[in-house]
Amino acid sequence: MLKNRIIPCLDVKNGRVVKGINFVDLIDAGDPVEQAKIYDEQGADELCFLDITASNENRNIILDTVKKTAEKCFMPLTVGGGVRTLEDIRNLLLAGADKVSINTAAVSNKNLVKESSEKFGSQCIVVAVDAKKVKENKWEIFTHGGRKSTGIDALKFVEKMESLGAGEILLTSMDRDGTKKGYDLDLTKKVSKLVNIPVIASGGVGNLEHLHQGIKIGKANAVLAASIFHFGEFSIQDAKKYLDSKGIPVRI
Amino acid sequence: MFIAVIDYGSGNLKSAAKALEAASNNININSKIVVTSDPKIIKEANKIVLPGQGSFKDCCLGIKKISGLEDALNEFVLIKKKPIFGICVGMQLFARIGYESQETKGFGWIDGEVRKINNINKTLKLPHMGWNQIELIKDFTLFANLKNKSHMYFIHSYEFITREKDCIVATTNYGNSITVAVAKENIFGTQFHPEKSQKNGLVILENFLKWEF
Repeated sequence: MLKNRIIPCLDVKNGRVVKGINFVDLIDAGDPVEQAKIYDEQGADELCFLDITASNENRNIILDTVKKTAEKCFMPLTVGGGVRTLEDIRNLLLAGADKVSINTAAVSNKNLVKESSEKFGSQCIVVAVDAKKVKENKWEIFTHGGRKSTGIDALKFVEKMESLGAGEILLTSMDRDGTKKGYDLDLTKKVSKLVNIPVIASGGVGNLEHLHQGIKIGKANAVLAASIFHFGEFSIQDAKKYLDSKGIPVRI
Repeated sequence: MFIAVIDYGSGNLKSAAKALEAASNNININSKIVVTSDPKIIKEANKIVLPGQGSFKDCCLGIKKISGLEDALNEFVLIKKKPIFGICVGMQLFARIGYESQETKGFGWIDGEVRKINNINKTLKLPHMGWNQIELIKDFTLFANLKNKSHMYFIHSYEFITREKDCIVATTNYGNSITVAVAKENIFGTQFHPEKSQKNGLVILENFLKWEF
């Protein structure tokens, strides 16, 4: 049976982890490769790097991080942040990423999703959707890290992305991101039911029950979280044991 | 031992090469792992790994584009009968024919076809993405030290359907039973990614390195 995935996400800026795990025995807590190794050992199902490097000059640093991680961690790795061109995608895949997530560019340049999925295969193209609730049962797409409204209906957008060849949707609720109040379950459920590609729920996890709800109520295939794992509050095993106790199929 | 990882412009070769290095360190085998598309170097290799990402059609075209590569692989596998390990689309290429985006001829080393997974009236998500358990159908050298129902990492929408049922060595369940590992003499392939399947994957790569055919 296919298992639900638990995916820790690391924010990386200029090659350094922004909010890292606070483990005492960590040699360099800011080194994304060290952090990735810990998640690998804990049995994370995938890893996600979000590159939040602002300046263009430093954008190639992420390639080095990906390269070093792929040499040490024999597990699936998704990399996103600032992906704009086919060349960006190719470089990340060659560095060792298995999947690349496209956010702003999926909105501004619809050909990118189509062309990249044709060229590299749908299996490695993830569309990262940042959605905000605008009224009851209506969500809109935001870009540029959630700062810019687009007026695009989120549900129509994910359907469009699927038809263009996206292999997976990484769905973040901008209302919940950073709140620790749990995923936007209505949104997650609607998107999961609408598309036939896997959906990763993201944004708002504050405890393990939130992961459970994302899968059970939100019908997500995978759950992504950052801070609950980084600060050592819970390990990946804690999360898996909890989900297992609730009857959710996970890899233990 | 000299292992060639075949580079024909398809996807993540670095991971496969690095995982092979880690596997050979684990079992203290002195091996040289080279990523190459050069038919001359391939001839010299003791074993080859054929990775594959993207569509069946693009992978076939990628191989045909490199002068002498297709012949070198056929010679290695059919005449020299040296061990080959196909991964994901690399395994699918063993089939006679593939139907992804358009009908395309494969190597035909194992009689079979590559078709889209039946997602049973859209009740299943495609790609089949993530960790699934494999059923070991046979007691097979390359599964030594591996427990039945071990988890492996999958990411694919097409499946290998073979008429040579004897070649099926592992399956998984995704709506229906799907063939996830095939073996025929010196030919071995997996639908899952051993180079992405953490410890379980490394065990299979170790067995491949140890394999004496």
